[in-house]
Amino acid sequence: MIRIQTEDFDVGAEIKNLVSGKGNIGGVCSFIGLVRDFSGNEPNGENITSLTLEHYPGMTEKQLEKIETQARQRWDLIETLIIHRVGQLQPSEQIVLVATAAAHRDAAFESAKFIMDFLKTEAPFWKKELGNKGAKWVAAKQSDSAKKETWENE
Amino acid sequence: MKVLYFAWLKEKTSLAEEDLPLPCGVSTVAGLMEYLKNRGGGFSDAFADITMIRVAVNMEHVQVSHPLSDSDEVAFFPPVTGG
Repeated sequence: MIRIQTEDFDVGAEIKNLVSGKGNIGGVCSFIGLVRDFSGNEPNGENITSLTLEHYPGMTEKQLEKIETQARQRWDLIETLIIHRVGQLQPSEQIVLVATAAAHRDAAFESAKFIMDFLKTEAPFWKKELGNKGAKWVAAKQSDSAKKETWENE
Repeated sequence: MKVLYFAWLKEKTSLAEEDLPLPCGVSTVAGLMEYLKNRGGGFSDAFADITMIRVAVNMEHVQVSHPLSDSDEVAFFPPVTGG
């Protein structure tokens, strides 16, 4: 399931709902992405006061559905959930939740990483940081493309 | 054809989307980018370095060599930074 929303989400409630009534689920793996309070890769980077997330409605859902389908073809998954927020967010707020449920842990762990690695390079979201030195669009990281390519070469 | 601009491309062109007939002599994404760059002003600035731009046609990622037709939805944007 895929949800794009401005409002926050409750991870506990989402996972409880995901597994509800499905006794064949043996494990759930979840990843939660948060807004950092600094820019770049160094903890002493510029201070961030807020983050705005823009996306391409329609294409976002299409790309996330494709990623979910690829994960389900690759692993034996019982449930998958992707929630991504858009709009204005503050430091420490939740941005994204990826949860995968399977009979056994390996499929859940690996597919959650797969979904995040593809989301980072394929899903049309853009972050704009507002900090003490003004506003700027976040640059994409080469390391994110490399992570996706690792899966493609396996 | 429908053309959409996102993130800093939207800011530089001062445009989120427009309806545009496929310009005469344009048959690929690269050709359309050249056409838009030649509009001048914010468009020349936005399309100055096409290596900074990613493209989707009908909501699928494509290369600049991808062919275009008048019924396509084309989107220009920077490399994605979600998650």
